[in-house]
Amino acid sequence: MSRHTLSVLVENKPGVLTRVAGLFARRAFNIHSLAVGPTEHPEISRITVVVDVEELPLEQVTKQLNKLINVIKIVELEDAASVQRELLLVKVRADAASRTSVLEVVQLFRAHVVDVVPDTVVVEATGSPGKLDALLAALEPFGIREIVQSGTVAIGRGSRSITDRALERVIRSA
Amino acid sequence: MAQGPHPAPPRPSAPPATPASVVPPRPAASAGPVVEQVTGAQSIVRSLEEVGVDVVFGIPGGAILPTYDPLMDSQRVRHILVRHEQGGGHAAAGYAAATGRVGVCMATSGPGATNLVTPIADAHMDSVPMVAITGQVGASLIGTDAFQEADIVGITLPVTKHNYLVTDPDDIPRVIAEAFHVASSGRPGPVLVDIAKSAMQAQTTFRWPQEVALPGYHPVTKPHAKQIREAARLLATARRPVLYVGGGTIRAGAGDLLRRLVDLSGAPVVTTLMARGALPDTHPQHLGMPGMHGTVAAVAGLQKADLIVALGARFDDRVTGLLSSFAPNATVVHADIDPAEIGKNKAVDVPIVGDLREVIGDLLPELEREHGQHGKPDLEGWWRQLDAWRETFPLGYEEPSDGHLAPQHVIQRIGELTGPEAIYAAGVGQHQMWAAQFIKYERPNSWLNSGGLGTMGYAVPAAMGAKVGEPDRTVWAIDGDGCFQMTNQELATCTINDIPIKVAIVNNSSLGMVRQWQTLFYESRYSNTDLHTGHGTVHVPDFVKLADAYGCVGLRCETKADVDATIKRALEIDDRPVVVDFTVSRDAMVWPMVAAGVSNDDIQYARGISPAWDRED
Repeated sequence: MSRHTLSVLVENKPGVLTRVAGLFARRAFNIHSLAVGPTEHPEISRITVVVDVEELPLEQVTKQLNKLINVIKIVELEDAASVQRELLLVKVRADAASRTSVLEVVQLFRAHVVDVVPDTVVVEATGSPGKLDALLAALEPFGIREIVQSGTVAIGRGSRSITDRALERVIRSA
Repeated sequence: MAQGPHPAPPRPSAPPATPASVVPPRPAASAGPVVEQVTGAQSIVRSLEEVGVDVVFGIPGGAILPTYDPLMDSQRVRHILVRHEQGGGHAAAGYAAATGRVGVCMATSGPGATNLVTPIADAHMDSVPMVAITGQVGASLIGTDAFQEADIVGITLPVTKHNYLVTDPDDIPRVIAEAFHVASSGRPGPVLVDIAKSAMQAQTTFRWPQEVALPGYHPVTKPHAKQIREAARLLATARRPVLYVGGGTIRAGAGDLLRRLVDLSGAPVVTTLMARGALPDTHPQHLGMPGMHGTVAAVAGLQKADLIVALGARFDDRVTGLLSSFAPNATVVHADIDPAEIGKNKAVDVPIVGDLREVIGDLLPELEREHGQHGKPDLEGWWRQLDAWRETFPLGYEEPSDGHLAPQHVIQRIGELTGPEAIYAAGVGQHQMWAAQFIKYERPNSWLNSGGLGTMGYAVPAAMGAKVGEPDRTVWAIDGDGCFQMTNQELATCTINDIPIKVAIVNNSSLGMVRQWQTLFYESRYSNTDLHTGHGTVHVPDFVKLADAYGCVGLRCETKADVDATIKRALEIDDRPVVVDFTVSRDAMVWPMVAAGVSNDDIQYARGISPAWDRED
């Protein structure tokens, strides 16, 4: 299995996420992570989906996604040619004795503390999945109380925009 | 191209820019966009009129009631009241499959809508252009588990080409225009439009869109020239080519072009269950149907081919048998309107995405050019081989040892006495396979069946829909006693609405195909396959009495001597539906057969008899 990151540009309409997610489930593809949000164009939403799949089934799932009427464009973002980030919020045990050590780890990973109470801190970090895994491993010994993590969002490096041409289609049909 | 349906700028009805983006033409001439103040319900009916719908199969109920009021006054849309929504759905599909036009069915919310799920799924698998319109509870009630509420958009998500929930009455014309465009273009399929009752009751403006604009929907119809050249080169040089023709050829209306390609190439042809009639069965290059119950020549032809040109086919498991051993030496050219079908099951050497009319249309001159340069390929050796298979293993059957009627004989005689201009709709099971094997199809759209989903009960309502669409043709439902009991309530619809279909029940008193598998694979332990409808049983129900109760003519035929006379009698009756109960032997089996999950090389011509391939290799 290899991991692939797909950027799926869709019409910003109700139910589109269900169509996309349902298609993955129906065709027996495993979604590793999923993130949805608006783009610079209000008519278009962007779904970033990370899947574990071989080359041939990936082609099939891309083709099936393209058949969805509300899907405008699909681009695979290669690791090397894109920036991929996740957001992590983690609640760590940090009392008077351990707080300094916890803060050291936070600084080392260029993360932030966004909430403090006498016995815990909440740490916010963004980064590649690998970096966040490393941060969690470093915090583990102090006692992790709670984790919440976003799906990966990804953007291609360089000046090209994948939404430009997709937008043309939407404007033409608006 | 900037104008969209909503809001539609006033403009004269200019000629459409591209055929693919155009709403089907309305019959009436119009100077500009029609704008009327109406209710949402009226807007639905006006939209159906504008898109050219002439018939809707449906049943009213609470949430769709507002629409049925203006529907009563429509001069252009005929509504046929069916007896079960499933019947309405299959009728719409039968209408579509027989005419090539979009079939339309209508139902209320909740159970009305969920009863449509089977025919919608069926149409999805067989790429039938269909629009289903369902009522939904009022917008403010959605999500509250209101009376007769069902999330039909959610339920049908996996079995529609696309679907819509409409809560704003202003959206109705645009959505209906889009629904018909999506259903009928590209790879056809069912589209469901769920409309909230509150939207039907509200006041709105009816404004018919001049164009459909869907930013994410642009079916590729024009094939790539380079791929066409490569396909032509291969077809001109292969020594053992086979044209593998699927239902897409019929949906594309490409039968005439296919005929020219067949004649020009000299190649053998197989037509799948969905493509029976795409090429006349009498054509000398026609090897018959491939697949689980295909002819030996068709199955072996594909297995031994060095080139397969697949046209609108999808390498279904029922055709390929064990996929890994299917046509091991063949180069594969695969042409289809749906890019997702290409390479889905079988690796493809030359993929061609496009409308089959355009694909074959472009292939013809390229193939001629190849022939001009290199001469026609020598297929003599290949034909000698194929003819040997055809002669040694023709389609046939044995007379049943119990002295009862051979079902194959009944079906064959129906085809011979009725002729190729008729339409034949089958249910699912043994009778379906025999109808595919023993009736000679000479034209596209003359054979209707549930190929992909395998829906028992398809025949009667589909025949009804076909007869409504093609009233001048004789329409036979070739049905089984099991299938018939699933949807025969539509005989009432047929009688009341003057739709004189003919139903042949191939009555073997059992779920025949399941029984065949029990004979072959479960040591003849007949678990729950006896239906008690045939000779020597209690006859529950008695199909002749049932026909009579529905106002049809009921006939029964039990002996070979009576078969022709009974069929002729049925053909003479044209003022009422006819139901013929042919009580046949229950031990007849469908042959040849490739058992499920087995290699096509292991095809059995009859029980325990397999062709010896090594001789030929």
